[in-house]
Amino acid sequence: MTSIIAECEEVSKLYGTFAALRKVSARLERGRCYLVLGENGAGKSTLLRTLAGLLRPSYGKVRVFGAEGQAEDPMEARERIGYMSHATMLYDEFSGVENLRYFASLYRGRDCVTPEEALRSVGLDPELPRPVGQYSQGMKQRASLARVLISRPELLLLDEPFSNMDIGSAHQMLRLLETFRTEHRTIVLTTHQRELAEPLADFVLTLQAGAVVSLEEGPYTKRGALTLGATEAAGSVR
Amino acid sequence: MRSGYFVTHLKKDLQLEWRSKDAINSMLFFALLVVVLFSLAFDPTRAVSRQIAGGILCVATMFAAVSALNQAWARELRNQVLDALRMTPAPAASLFLGKTLANFLFVMVVEVVLAPVFVMFYNLHALGNAWLLVLVLPLGTWALIVNGVFFAALSIRTRNRELLLPLILFPIFIPALLGMVMSATAILTGEGDAVLWIKMLGAYDVIFTTVCMMLFEVILHAE
Repeated sequence: MTSIIAECEEVSKLYGTFAALRKVSARLERGRCYLVLGENGAGKSTLLRTLAGLLRPSYGKVRVFGAEGQAEDPMEARERIGYMSHATMLYDEFSGVENLRYFASLYRGRDCVTPEEALRSVGLDPELPRPVGQYSQGMKQRASLARVLISRPELLLLDEPFSNMDIGSAHQMLRLLETFRTEHRTIVLTTHQRELAEPLADFVLTLQAGAVVSLEEGPYTKRGALTLGATEAAGSVR
Repeated sequence: MRSGYFVTHLKKDLQLEWRSKDAINSMLFFALLVVVLFSLAFDPTRAVSRQIAGGILCVATMFAAVSALNQAWARELRNQVLDALRMTPAPAASLFLGKTLANFLFVMVVEVVLAPVFVMFYNLHALGNAWLLVLVLPLGTWALIVNGVFFAALSIRTRNRELLLPLILFPIFIPALLGMVMSATAILTGEGDAVLWIKMLGAYDVIFTTVCMMLFEVILHAE
């Protein structure tokens, strides 16, 4: 039986009179990778921020980890969610390892990855003394992903993780994301580079003007990983 | 466990300031300038100095502190670090207390440097219990900083936050400013009851620290 890790029910998000999301419904299964596509302003980032609990929907409901018997408000389950934004979400003045040590100490008592391990896993040298503000854009993206990995989140929300990355680094990140799938973590990622991320995707969700216009099976599912549960979940996206 | 989070935030803010020295440098130069300019503008006698010195010191510290408080959350805003902090299980109150104590220490450093310059320029000699100043300055500074950090967080999502902060902060700070000035003047002139004003400052600090800590979570998670 597949478990639903996150669920949006008729979610709308309004900024004044502008609707960033319009009645988005989706059920996300554990261990799947969802690719969210759409033009600038389509609502991709708003959807991710809503799932992360950083935004409250104006209408509708968002539940995370509900399949485990306790439907949770994302605001209360944030520590189990990893969110990577366009910005680094790191202090420019600290080196990568200093930033990660700081964040790791905010997850005390949890089973965290060590800052050094997290940096190595994204291909960064933990010994690098340079402050993050002096990193190249690609290094910043990787350091940002390392921050997300610190708390071993079950749900990874990655907003444009490949932007400003060279192709080699992007493929390295893709390989890393693939290892998360084998650990039954759920990945939701937005990108403008469809061809790059698509091979990893179980489902491709396309947003337009804040509404879901299509949900297709991704190549990963077509290769044989699709289950009946996934089909039902896919069918529930309106 | 919770005090551990607070220490983590405090350590981080102290480390960041140690590397950049942005807040301390800007506050120090501003406060020194105010003190020197006032002494040149009024050229007060020793007796007049005792009457006005408390007020000048408080106002100089207040304006200097606002320049730092305006930047109190700037580093958290720059790369959306605040969102990353919102995602962690660390209590909001620990973030607030860490930031408040760090800024309090920065302002205290400025006051410690400023004090001898102040005594020299205004030719001061306290007629009351000078040691009471050791209570007045930290209590008054805490009142300013605790409110300043809170209202700086409240105004970070507004467009004119540099203007908004003093507009909200100064009226709220008036009772503490009054307590600070009156007690400092009472100590310097030897007239009046400084202890009463110090008690009022203490009560103000307890009330506002509690209220700010309780409300900070709402401010932090506001959209």
